[in-house]
Amino acid sequence: MRFTKDHEWISLDGDIATVGVTAYAADQLGDVVFVELPDAGKTVAVSDGLAVVESVKAASDVYAPVAGEVVEANAALSDTPETVNQDPEGAGWFVKLKLSDPSQLDALMDRAAYETYLGTL
Amino acid sequence: MSEPLLTTPLHAAHIAAGARMVPFGGYDMPVQYRDGVLKEHLWTREHAGAFDVSHMGPAFLILNHKTGDGEADHRAVSALIEPLVCGDIAGLKPGQLRYTLLLNDQGGMIDDLMIGRPLRADRQGMLYIVVNAGTKVGDFALIQTAAGDKAALNRADDRGLIALQGPEAASVMSAILPEAAELGFMQFRRVEHRGYGLVLARCGYTGEDGFEVLVPPEIADTFWNRLLADERVRPIGLGARDSLRLEAGLPLYGHDADETVSPLQANLGFAISKRRLAAQDFPGAARAAAEKAGALMRVRVGLKVLQGAPAREGAQIADSGGAVIGVVTSGGFAPSLSAPIAMGFVPPALSNPGTALQVLVRGKAQPAEVVALPFVPHRYARKTQDRKG
Repeated sequence: MRFTKDHEWISLDGDIATVGVTAYAADQLGDVVFVELPDAGKTVAVSDGLAVVESVKAASDVYAPVAGEVVEANAALSDTPETVNQDPEGAGWFVKLKLSDPSQLDALMDRAAYETYLGTL
Repeated sequence: MSEPLLTTPLHAAHIAAGARMVPFGGYDMPVQYRDGVLKEHLWTREHAGAFDVSHMGPAFLILNHKTGDGEADHRAVSALIEPLVCGDIAGLKPGQLRYTLLLNDQGGMIDDLMIGRPLRADRQGMLYIVVNAGTKVGDFALIQTAAGDKAALNRADDRGLIALQGPEAASVMSAILPEAAELGFMQFRRVEHRGYGLVLARCGYTGEDGFEVLVPPEIADTFWNRLLADERVRPIGLGARDSLRLEAGLPLYGHDADETVSPLQANLGFAISKRRLAAQDFPGAARAAAEKAGALMRVRVGLKVLQGAPAREGAQIADSGGAVIGVVTSGGFAPSLSAPIAMGFVPPALSNPGTALQVLVRGKAQPAEVVALPFVPHRYARKTQDRKG
């Protein structure tokens, strides 16, 4: 699993990457009440808007950590957005991306580096 | 360059409780505690929530020369402030509070505020006033200028102002201040507590029964902790205060109202006194009369978002054909309804409950419907002519 400074995680299986937000991000967001996800088929470049997470108080953008084509969005989040808080790094995943360039993952942090980064915040 | 943030007498208590602090109205305030906005909101609707609202602007307007005739002194102090507001201040009963509006010459809202008349005969010739945090400096200057040398406006915003809201608020507060049980909604009185004078008012901004207590700064912390020592009470941040008042259909000044918005546009016509409207003796009275007669350009309504994301402040409102006809001024997710709700301005022709509209969120049109306010029924403890016993 790889991590970004914007608190997203990316898990790679072949050339399909599953993307979500980290437990730290879920805690900072507070109770998630709505998640807006892209449709399958949408292509995104690095730093494009990928999703919007809404708490009671505010809407927060989630940016694409890597480029690719959306092959699936987590439909379960439309009925149970609270899954993002309950299991952010598992069932609370956001999208699966078919990567344009898997080597982009190399620029991201591993868990140890991400934990170190969290310690600086 | 921004001014350093002010703090309330409860600031250290918030930090110690693990609150997340944000700037609000010039103060460093708790937006939420460890429970988070959703749980804090629901706790207040089911039990009792304690809110630090010390950033607001409590003050006392006191006649410089009282006659000793309570009725005459009340009329005299009311006459100083009535030219600024659309409410009937002279007609307040002893111990009664009234929600009213400070208006500019065009009849636009400078602020919304509470004005109360003291209960005790020996304290007439004084008004208790509470204005909003972000507008208080300007409001206080206006009021003092209007009062001239006839009365002094004594600010009390160095004190603690603590709200206790929710169905268990009355039981909790009565155990500490027994006088609480005697107050009906929108009544207030001065009470003695451990040698200090407190102002206890039965009011609030959540739609629930509850109180706001003005306490001297030196005992604010102790009083706050005394409330929180009751297991029915939890501290509630500004995040839940906002979602609670939104569900209650109550406007937030600076969002749902500003200097361009008239009382009738804000759907606050109840705050215009019949006597004052007939006398046409408040700022913008002619506009109010014309708007009442039908010349209303826009009006604040409640919207239920039927599908999709919450529509927040700034989201456009469109008619069923897609033409933009208004804007959302407050919006979010309603924890008590588990649905997104909003308030915003629309033309009167599209303001009836049941009207199908759309809200535009991030470019997407989502179905919405005008609904009657409040979204969640008020549960105020009114005491007038209650014959059920």
